[in-house]
Formats: sequence, C-alpha cells, structure tokens
Amino acid sequence: MQAFLDIFDIYLLEAVLNGILLGGVLALLALGLNLIFGVIDVTWICYAELVMIGMYAMYYLVQYYGVSYFVAAPLTILLVGALGALLHYLVIAPLLTAPPINQLLATGGVLFVLQSFATVAFGIDFRNLGIRLPILTVGEMNFSYARLLSFAAALIGMIAVYLFMTRTFTGTAIRAIAQDRQIMALMGVDTKKIYLITSALGGALAGLAACLLVLQYDVHPFVGLTFGPITFLICVLGGLGNFIGGFVASFVFAEIISLGGLFSDLEWGYVFAFGFFIVMMFIRPAGLLARRR
Amino acid sequence: MTRSDIGLIVILAALVAVPFVYREPYHLHLMVLILIWSFAYTSWSMMGRFGLVSLGHGGFMGIGAYVTALLWNHLGLTPWIGIPFALIAAGILALIVGYPCFRFRITGHYFVLVTLALSGIVLQVITATRDYTGGSLGYTPARATSGNNILALQFDDKTTWYLIALFVWLVGLLIWRLIDRSMMRYALEAISEDEDAAAAAGVNVTAEKLKITLISALMTALAGALYCQYQMFISPDTVSGIAVSLQMVFAAIVGGLYVALGPTVGAIITILLAETLRIGFGTGAVGWDNLIYGVLLVLFIIFLPQGILGSVLERFRIQRKPA
Repeated sequence: MQAFLDIFDIYLLEAVLNGILLGGVLALLALGLNLIFGVIDVTWICYAELVMIGMYAMYYLVQYYGVSYFVAAPLTILLVGALGALLHYLVIAPLLTAPPINQLLATGGVLFVLQSFATVAFGIDFRNLGIRLPILTVGEMNFSYARLLSFAAALIGMIAVYLFMTRTFTGTAIRAIAQDRQIMALMGVDTKKIYLITSALGGALAGLAACLLVLQYDVHPFVGLTFGPITFLICVLGGLGNFIGGFVASFVFAEIISLGGLFSDLEWGYVFAFGFFIVMMFIRPAGLLARRR
Repeated sequence: MTRSDIGLIVILAALVAVPFVYREPYHLHLMVLILIWSFAYTSWSMMGRFGLVSLGHGGFMGIGAYVTALLWNHLGLTPWIGIPFALIAAGILALIVGYPCFRFRITGHYFVLVTLALSGIVLQVITATRDYTGGSLGYTPARATSGNNILALQFDDKTTWYLIALFVWLVGLLIWRLIDRSMMRYALEAISEDEDAAAAAGVNVTAEKLKITLISALMTALAGALYCQYQMFISPDTVSGIAVSLQMVFAAIVGGLYVALGPTVGAIITILLAETLRIGFGTGAVGWDNLIYGVLLVLFIIFLPQGILGSVLERFRIQRKPA
C-alpha cells in the first residue's frame, strides 16, 4: 500500500509538472489570439488552422527539403506571420465596419478553406517530423525534451512580445490602439498599418506555436480542431483581450487536462476542463481576473 | 380563400406527390437529405437571425443522434421514446450553457466562442466514450428487422422517409412563421439591437433568449435524430463538432438567414454542390467541396450578407414598391 502511494505521488508530481510545460504552449497560443482580439477587436476562429499550416510547413521543410530544424523554424514563423497579414488584408480589412459577427464568421470560412486546402494538398495521412528527442529522467519522473524545449521557447516568445509591446514605438502604438480606436488615428498613427503589423505578429506567434507543437504531435488537416477549442476556452476564461488573464487561464487549463489525463483518458481531461469552464462562467463570466461589476 | 392560399396548397400537394410519381432512388435520397438538413439549418437560423450566432449546434445535433441511437442499442428503447429523451438531453445542455451566457450578458464574440467550445467538447465526449459510442469510427443503430419497422423507426423505402422529412421540414417552417408573428420576435429584435434599451423597455432579456435557444436546440437535436435514423450510420464528424456547426452557419448565410425559406435554399445549394463535386471528381473531390464552401462563405459575408434568397427578395420588393 505504501509503495503504491509513493508511485502515485511521483505520477502526480509528474502530471503537475507536465501540466506546467503544456501550459507554456497554450499560453503562447492564447497570447496570439488575445493580441488580435485586443487590438483589432476580431476573433480569428481559424487561428488553430494557421498553426496547422505552420506545422505542415515545418514537416515539409525538415522532411522533404532536409532543412535543419533551427533554420526551418524562423522560415515557418515568417510564413505564418505573412499568412496572418494576408488574412487581415483579404478578409478582415474589407469587413472592419461590418458587424463583429460577420468578421468572425468570415474567419470561420477561412477555417474551412485552410482545412480543406490541407486535405487537398497534403492528404489526410498523419505525418510527423521524425525527430525523436530523448526523454529526461529526474528521479522516477519522465519528461520529454520536446516539452521542455517548447516551454522554454514559448516563454522566450512571450517575453519578446512583451518587450516589443513596451519598448518600441510600434508596440506602444499597438497598445494605444487597443485602448482607443478613434483617437489614435487623429494622433497621426496609421491604423491600417498597425492592424497589419498586429496581424503579422499574431500569425508569427501561431507560427512559433506550430514549430513547438510539431515536436510533440502528428500533423493532419484536422489537428487544429484538437487544440483550437481549448485555446478559445482559455481566452474566454481569462477574459478576451486580457493578456495576463489568458496566461493564468492557460496554466489552470493545462493542469486540469494533465491531472484529468492522469486519472483517466486524455479526452476526459478536456471534458473536465469544459466542466470547470462552465462553472467558472457562472462565477466569473467576464474572465478570471475581471473585477466584479 | 385567397389566391396565395390556393397556390400554397398546390405547391404542398405537389411536394407530397413527388415520391409517388417520381421514383428514382438517388434523387429521392438527395431530396430527403436536403429536407433534413434544411430543417437543421432553419433551426439554426431561428437564433442566428436575432444575432445569437451559435457554433454549438453541432453539439445539439450530435446529442440528438447519439442519445437516440445509444438508447436503442443498449436499452432497447424505441426511438419513439428515445427521441424525446434525446431532445430533453439537448434541451438541458442548452439551458446549462445558455443560462449563464444570457444571465451575465455574454454576447458577441464571447457567446460564439463559448458555443464553439460546446460543440468541440461534445465531439470530445463522443470520442472519449468510445466503448459505447464507437468513437471516431462511427456508430450504427442495430437493425430491427429487414424492411419497414415502425416501432424501430427504420424504413427501407425512400418514400416513407421523404414524407417524414417533408412533414418535419414543414413543421419547422410553421414554427418559424409562428415566431415571426409573435411578440417574441419583436422582443428578440429589440434585444439584438440594444440589450439595455430592451431591458429598460420591460423585455425579460434572459428569458426571451433562453426560450429561442431552447426551441432552436430542440429542433436541431430532432434533426440529428432523424438523420441518424435515416442514414443508419453516424460518426462524430458528420453530426457533431465545429465543422457541422460551421456548415449550418454557412448554408444559412448563403441562402439568407432572415427569410423563412433562406436556409432551405442554402441546403439545396450546398448539398447539390457537394454531390456534383463528388460525382464529377470522384474521390479526388475530397476536400474540394469544403474549399469551395469556405471561399463562398467569405465572399458572401463580404459582398452579400443578406444571402441569395434574401437579396433576391429585397430586389423584388424594391422594384415593386414604386408600382
């Protein structure tokens, strides 16, 4: 009995730590979505599909063209960033004055396009990078290097965005636009340009997430559906557009998924997370960190 | 009887007569599919037209289909009892998700994302309980007997199904008409314009929204159950999840979600498009139909937000007015 408890505790600790590692990547995803929402006031339903395209880009660059992982990653980030800007230019910009629901549904159309484009172009087979990173063993706990690397890269990415937003003129302009849309145009800031930059930045974050996720998961055209909904849940739970709320919510969710997965299947982890989400909707409808009205 | 009444009766009689005159099974099959999906799209539009854009209807549809099939296979409950149970389950889910949303004024983006998560999670639950539901491989209600079995709601001939689907579709249009002429419509329109003003004018915002959500969810679940009984095969991807939810939105918007027959027009267009591509390109068409859907959805939202039927009717009205 005692031995059983010991093992159990080790597993519990392992699950908790793995939850934290998962939380890093989720936080990165949530940051990109929150950035777009906070600044442009649009929700990209197709955000996870941008990640999927990025994962395919990594797969083809590394597997087909033999590019090394660390060269392929910046290329992918650039590509998805450009895709983000393109999405804004082609779909969101013509709809900026339309009702918000229309903007959201249009990105839903883009979701269809990206998914079926991947189906047509890449087929529905599961593909992986073929890079197997070693497993780190601490005591009796196992962590994959892929997760550790992702966590570190996600943190670096978030810090870089934070510095960009606080230390550069463009970053300041982005934050200012998030606060008041009308005034900034009068202050001589080109809102169109800022929107485009923000979209590219959001896309680049999706690209970074893709580079990290491709280390842990297989790519297929519908891979976006496995973490897309959870990203949206996190953003709503943290309060849409609230960066810190999204950050906290990512780790809360990752822990629930990880611990839920410890007690039964991984899918049940997601189900528990949803249950928690519904309860939180009753208690804190405007987000985890929102002040009560 | 006015002339339009007579016209309506003639059209109805013609619709009922179709399967007795025209017996080509493939075309009848298409018509049944169109009617069932039209009903589903109509039920989505009940909410959508009042600005309550839900991406959770895939979830309701999945519950309608799976609960009916599971009760039949595991407990031997006839769909005549199983379908009401499935509707109750979908209704309870709609209330659980809808109440906090409406009570705490979760609108716009938030509402869409919450419902989006709902349909994603129903998909996950179906996949997670694969010991019972078959997971992503799909699920088949057990055949009762060969041929027609009223108790099991299983019919071999397309004619019976056509008539059932036609009846349900008509009921859907009737509900649309009832709501269109009720006070509820004015209340909901006021809410979609300005929630605070509507509340100040004495509209019970939460109750009105819950009512329409409940109606819409129940109808969608019924559509799911019918689809399950007709196709005798369901999988999480065809009756639940985000793809199905978006498909509903797409069809409703293409057809026009502010007019009663808009979703039906949307269903005709989308299903014929998918079938034409499937026949024209065979297995090479996998993915192409959704690619075209997606591009069309974006183009429609940008250039024709009223939908095809909506825009045609509007042009018609403008031309008529001066006369």
